[in-house]
Amino acid sequence: MSSYKIIDHEYDVVVLGAGGSGLRAAVGLSEAGLKTACVSKVFPTRSHTSAAQGGISAALGNMGEDDWRWHMYDTVKGADWLGDQDSIEYLCKEAPAAVLELEKYGVPFSRTEDGKIYQRPFGGMTKNYGNETVQRTCAAADRTGHAILHTLYGQALKHNTEFFIEYFALDLIMKDGACKGLIAWNLNDGTIHRFRSHITIIATGGYGKVYYSATSAHTCTGDGNAMVLRAGLPLQDMEFVQFHPTGIYGHGTLISEGVRGEGGYLVNSKGERFMERYAPKAKDLASRDVVSRSIAVEINEGRGIGKEQDHVHLHIDHLDPKVIEERLPGISEASKLFANVDVTKEPIPVVPTVHYNMGGIPTNYKAEVLTVNGSEKTVPGLMAIGEAACVSVHGANRLGSNSLIDLVVFGRAAAKRAAELVKPGMKHDEIDKSETDRCLDRFDKLRNSEGSNPTSELRLSMQKTMQSKCAVFRSEKTLKEGVDEIRKPFKGMESLSVKDKSLIFNTDLVETLEFDNLIRQAITTMDSAYHRKESRGAHAREDFPKRDDENYMQHTLSWCNGSKTKINYRPVHRSTLTNDVQYFPPQERVY
Amino acid sequence: MVQFNLPSNSKIKKGQYYKDKTGSKNIRKVNVYRWDPSKNENPRIDTYEVDMDNCSSKVLDILNKIKNEIDPSIAYRRSCAHGVCGSCAMNMNGKNGLACTKSHSELDGDIDIYPLPHLKVLKDLIGDLSTLYKQYESVEPWLKTTKINDKENIQTKEDRAKLDGLYECIMCACCSTSCPSYWWNGEKYLGPAVLLQAYRWIIDSRDEDRKERLKKVADELKLYRCHTILNCTNACPKGLNPAKAIAEIKKMLATA
Repeated sequence: MSSYKIIDHEYDVVVLGAGGSGLRAAVGLSEAGLKTACVSKVFPTRSHTSAAQGGISAALGNMGEDDWRWHMYDTVKGADWLGDQDSIEYLCKEAPAAVLELEKYGVPFSRTEDGKIYQRPFGGMTKNYGNETVQRTCAAADRTGHAILHTLYGQALKHNTEFFIEYFALDLIMKDGACKGLIAWNLNDGTIHRFRSHITIIATGGYGKVYYSATSAHTCTGDGNAMVLRAGLPLQDMEFVQFHPTGIYGHGTLISEGVRGEGGYLVNSKGERFMERYAPKAKDLASRDVVSRSIAVEINEGRGIGKEQDHVHLHIDHLDPKVIEERLPGISEASKLFANVDVTKEPIPVVPTVHYNMGGIPTNYKAEVLTVNGSEKTVPGLMAIGEAACVSVHGANRLGSNSLIDLVVFGRAAAKRAAELVKPGMKHDEIDKSETDRCLDRFDKLRNSEGSNPTSELRLSMQKTMQSKCAVFRSEKTLKEGVDEIRKPFKGMESLSVKDKSLIFNTDLVETLEFDNLIRQAITTMDSAYHRKESRGAHAREDFPKRDDENYMQHTLSWCNGSKTKINYRPVHRSTLTNDVQYFPPQERVY
Repeated sequence: MVQFNLPSNSKIKKGQYYKDKTGSKNIRKVNVYRWDPSKNENPRIDTYEVDMDNCSSKVLDILNKIKNEIDPSIAYRRSCAHGVCGSCAMNMNGKNGLACTKSHSELDGDIDIYPLPHLKVLKDLIGDLSTLYKQYESVEPWLKTTKINDKENIQTKEDRAKLDGLYECIMCACCSTSCPSYWWNGEKYLGPAVLLQAYRWIIDSRDEDRKERLKKVADELKLYRCHTILNCTNACPKGLNPAKAIAEIKKMLATA
């Protein structure tokens, strides 16, 4: 192995990732007086939170009566009863204060006539436990994520958070089942950095890039998830991948659900508003899994639009152009750029597109990582937040605008919990050299790969397999084929080709490390999907069309060692956190 | 007349030529600036023949195609691929923009791709933006308010509308790196991107620090190096108008 220059750091807490949740955690940690490092492979405002459009949910009641318990009910139902209700209670109860805090930080929310935060209708968000639509989603036009991300970065600057930007994290440092920090590669100068910390908070986002067509950024490679797998810990509910109903056809760019919130609607080739058939009450504002499946059925049954009859149309041309200009300027711009459509005159061609990972690193509502051997025991020194985490508040299907609130509520919770566990300046453990060696061995081996398979080819093969075998509708047959096929690109790594051997901004190697991360998550996703023989939320099995609460009201846990996985289950929490609200028992889920 | 020349180690050399291997009849030549800090070599221009029959519409699609199919060593930043993260700002046929939103059909002839002008190059198309980020920090981009309560600030629709055209900035640096004044005095002049951000907080009706903020930028170098060249507004890929924001700051100072 080549010798690498290693630079050591000691911090009370290290946050990995600088999107919405990572930044919110970093702000809280700095406020608590803890010495905090925030490590990110991209400059904070480049994080994928910037792409969130429609808004952030919270029962503020600025635009009609609302109650956090209604929000909780909607989230439980949206999750198809796979969410942990103690965590969901925490999320919805804390949401209003978290949004008001963001406003105080300076987020430029759109405003109502009386100057309050503007709220719009969103899919699955209802009044009085599933009755009429409520306006709960707080919006900064259709650029809410961008506005929040930039504001949180400003707050982090205000609190003098120490950033390590364009550092690519390689592995966690583990000792006796506890996390002691992480190792990262500084792309700017090629050095290796070893961060020792009492707590490591993973905030690395989702892994949408295992699919060929996704709204996700190129950087959404779930690096933290893969680090957790390599540390011998499981990921949870990986089979639950959200397809957003409206990605721009052919390009995958997100068209916010806010479009339908403001009155937009879907039509098929016959000009029918088909959602009326699938969700008579909520129609186009049913939850995302329902709308995506409905579109898929329309296309499968020959009512798709276009030469290939493979997409549908989203109309907002009936809306007042002034409303579009004020509330949906970003999607007008995106539609022009990527579909060459003037939304005031023509419909937008859309198709369900991979968008969000409900699954991830299992945690409790304090953001502490579970689980030792599938139990509820926490892993000392390790936390996870944001899309990387599976708290689980989104269960089998996330409601639109519940992700942004997840980021800030649990980012804040993580900081609070860390401040309870760590006192500033506590002494660090000695760590064994073997952890560093193991990490750098992998790094060095990948860097010096002299085989014949370019990373881009293996990645494409993985993405095509996921796209065809683990899509909106799944079956025993497709998944069985998928389980075999997804291992081929993994095996292909035995003869990997990495051309660039340098250490400064070696993006060939970065993409290879990212692929190594992606493929492990692709395998756990496929295997978890194969083993869940029921339909629930985003996981729709043609051969098992019903939800099976008796056998599967459980979280899937999947360990992955190389291409071998181990699947196990742990029960969904069937109680609330406090007596402020009653447990919502499973019901049939209709919109 | 005095002759100015680049130092010898900065002279751009002719690089490698990658001939098309697909047999495509629809080829476009793409010239890309390359420089590897780990080699003791001058920067060079590599030329790639790209099969345009199998390439999506944006310049970023060309770069991804080159990286995936021809030369994996080429380095550039990219992330969201739809113009919101600001990673892939670069210079294409002489104009700054985002590679992910720029259609190659809008570019004539061979395509020349360079890093953003006048930045220290870290590798290939990756420029060093650390000075700009420090300048951003210097305008204290956070809301300053003494109101400590658990209620939201009330802001009228009219006051909120004053932030439109400002808060959308994605800090891609296309504007600042197209500004000759910033090229010349980049260490001291804040440049259009950062001044637009400064104005975003100055004009926010919720902020209580307007006077101090104005005072802080009212400086011969920080602000008044803007000579209304307007390259910034011309360059902005989000259609914002940094030059107007700077003019508004100057106006506020003149009428204060």
